[in-house]
Amino acid sequence: MRGAKKRRLYLVLAIGLCLSAAVGLSLAAFSSALTFFLSPRAVVAKHPAPGLNFRLGGIVQVGTVKTVINAGTPTTSFRVTDGQASVPVVYTGLLPDLFREGQGIVAIGAMNASGQFAADEVLAKHGSTYMPKDVEESLKNAGKWNPAFGPAPAADTWNTMKVKGSGS
Amino acid sequence: MIPELGHFALALAVALAFAQGVIGIFAPGLRDPRAMRGTPALALSHFLAIGAAFLALIYAGVVSDFTVENVANFSSAAVPLLYRITGTWGNHDGSMLLWCFILSLCGATVAAFGNGLPASLRARVLGVLGLVSGGFLLFTLTVSDPFTRLWPPPLDGAGVNPILQDPGLAFHPPVLYTGYVGFSVAFAFAIAALIEGRIDAAWGRWVRPWALISWCFLTAGIALGSWWSYYTLGWGGYWFWDPVENAALLPWLTGTALLHCAIVVEKREALKAWTVLLAIATFSLSLSGTFLVRSGILNSVHSFAAAPDQGLFILGLLAITIGGSLLLFAIRAPILAATGIYAPLSRESALVLNNIFLCSIATVVFVGTLYPPFVNLLFGIQLSIGAPFFNETVLPLAGPIILAMGVGPMMAWKRAALLPVLRQLWLAAAVGLLVFLVMAANRHVIAAVGLAGGAWVVMAALTDIAGRIRLFRVSPGSSLARLWALPRAAVGATLGHIGFGMMVLGIAGMTLATQKVIVLKPGQSTQLGGYTWTLDDIHDAPGPNFSQRVADISLSENGKVFMTLHPARRFFSAQKVITNTAAIRTNGFQDIYAVFAAEPAGSGGAELRLNRHPLAPEIWLGGLVMALGGGISLSDRRLRVGAPARKKPAGAVA
Repeated sequence: MRGAKKRRLYLVLAIGLCLSAAVGLSLAAFSSALTFFLSPRAVVAKHPAPGLNFRLGGIVQVGTVKTVINAGTPTTSFRVTDGQASVPVVYTGLLPDLFREGQGIVAIGAMNASGQFAADEVLAKHGSTYMPKDVEESLKNAGKWNPAFGPAPAADTWNTMKVKGSGS
Repeated sequence: MIPELGHFALALAVALAFAQGVIGIFAPGLRDPRAMRGTPALALSHFLAIGAAFLALIYAGVVSDFTVENVANFSSAAVPLLYRITGTWGNHDGSMLLWCFILSLCGATVAAFGNGLPASLRARVLGVLGLVSGGFLLFTLTVSDPFTRLWPPPLDGAGVNPILQDPGLAFHPPVLYTGYVGFSVAFAFAIAALIEGRIDAAWGRWVRPWALISWCFLTAGIALGSWWSYYTLGWGGYWFWDPVENAALLPWLTGTALLHCAIVVEKREALKAWTVLLAIATFSLSLSGTFLVRSGILNSVHSFAAAPDQGLFILGLLAITIGGSLLLFAIRAPILAATGIYAPLSRESALVLNNIFLCSIATVVFVGTLYPPFVNLLFGIQLSIGAPFFNETVLPLAGPIILAMGVGPMMAWKRAALLPVLRQLWLAAAVGLLVFLVMAANRHVIAAVGLAGGAWVVMAALTDIAGRIRLFRVSPGSSLARLWALPRAAVGATLGHIGFGMMVLGIAGMTLATQKVIVLKPGQSTQLGGYTWTLDDIHDAPGPNFSQRVADISLSENGKVFMTLHPARRFFSAQKVITNTAAIRTNGFQDIYAVFAAEPAGSGGAELRLNRHPLAPEIWLGGLVMALGGGISLSDRRLRVGAPARKKPAGAVA
């Protein structure tokens, strides 16, 4: 049965090669594609280095959304809060349908040199009562809302909650 | 009254399903022929009972019976009839019922058309299906009952989620579910074979059509979902590597592997244990995909029907189904000895290679999808793995598959020579190389690789079929006759490969997309992709349960208007939700795509997103061609005529 043995060897070799390729690619991609989630409170406390990609989640603070149209391209700036701290965000491009003040959003991007969070992407879910899971978690941690005691407070009350040490 | 009848029918179905499960699995062991003959009848009545329950729920939706909580929460009187019907499965409870309905339909089909099967195998297959169905029906009945009454009833329902009010999404869940659930039959055959301890070519002939049907539906379902997100979400994206999408992709990958290695079982009686494992894995991934998403364990941007509190029951069911079947496999698999022998360079080896790569991709996607919730559970760290991870891991692994796809189908069984095959493929290789060089010269390296790969796959598949019908070597008429006489399975496989190649072309073409976000006042225009886009007007327009603002855009080339687009913003007053309806015009080779994003205060104009997507239609056309290829392969005589009735050689028992 030399043939069978040889066949098995080829098979093991092929599987081993392919699997190690998969593992190698995954490990290489892990380092670049893993993004951590930070709440505004954590951003203010930790001061992530400019250029480091992360996800920022919270409520769009009411009364802070400003859109400037520059050569036809809209740039929007707003603040994201978790009721304890807030972070300024700038985003150039088209915001999702459900982006509005008081909405829970997740923004992906990095801090820029002027201490603003430059978002490459802003996610808001299609649903008026929806709260992103990460945001829900960070609001819970900030002690502002516990889902066990009913739905989230009305969006426009987030402002009047005390905003401590709102960064920059 | 009708909802109570539906509720009763559901309870009846639970009892029938468990009876089918227990009798089906134990009767063959007790050698009780009467009980074995009874299982098909049980499967049919189980199907009828769920069918009645399902119809009752649809009826409640159609007549807008708001005393039913499900209807009150997810429908309203103003919703058009189509969405009142589809709304019944656009939510968690209703979709569970749809899932069970399709599962019972699969069981009933095996019962009705399985006369050629050995009685004990059929009883066991139906038994496994009955147990799975029973478990999930019990879940539906006890934890997520779609017939729950509401008192006092509201005057009007809450309405369908506006984003779901769309023909693409109305048919997406049933098609996708049929794909998911169809693999339950392959799974049941695998479990039954493990219990029986034997697998032969006849088994492969039974499993393959079922895997093929489910694969077609799953392919079409994924393509439909991707198309839907492309034209409704308004970002022009078609695939986001979102957990929900990955949950559908995983069974597709292993299902594709299953499809290919079932050929080896059928033709060469090799790779038996592996095929059984793939059948188990595919259905397990279908199950966990559907239910991890619904239980809220996987966090997604676009899952609409999540009910986190029901997670534990589901997890228990998953653990029993998946754990039990893997345990059975571990105990019984050594019995399934392979009989066919093949050389390292042969069709079999090519199919094995396809399996290895598909499963590697599935593993990578699996890790990337489950790592974040896993880490969150263990260490409480919130992180996410985005599209770059999947692009960087999946695409390099897909490369070898694309290369091998051209060569594999032309290799001979048992022992093949590579050189003659490669010599036949010179044209395909030349076309691929030419495409690569032209695109690379224009500095589109990623697109160059993708387009070359797609062109290679399509050309190689065409070369294969041209060689088989001796195109240009005999008269066209006799070539056509040969094409007609070819086994449908071969034609289907070629079409499947062509469809995949088209999809690769489309995906590669999308990397060349150009887009622009711009605010225009009526009368202003802008340049993009060689066309002049002019905003003519912004006006109001009425709709059935929404009001809308429409932007009229005209496209012109060299001063001649050749196309008008009407993207709209719809305001649904019941849910206070605004949606963007993109305007898309396609000519088959490129999409012109416009979104009316907003009317910024004070600008007096419209914020528009304008896109030109070369080759985008090929993504979904490719998916459709793949599914079509599967369908043609299914009509093969070999699968239609009762192949198991063929005399088996003595000693075929492994």
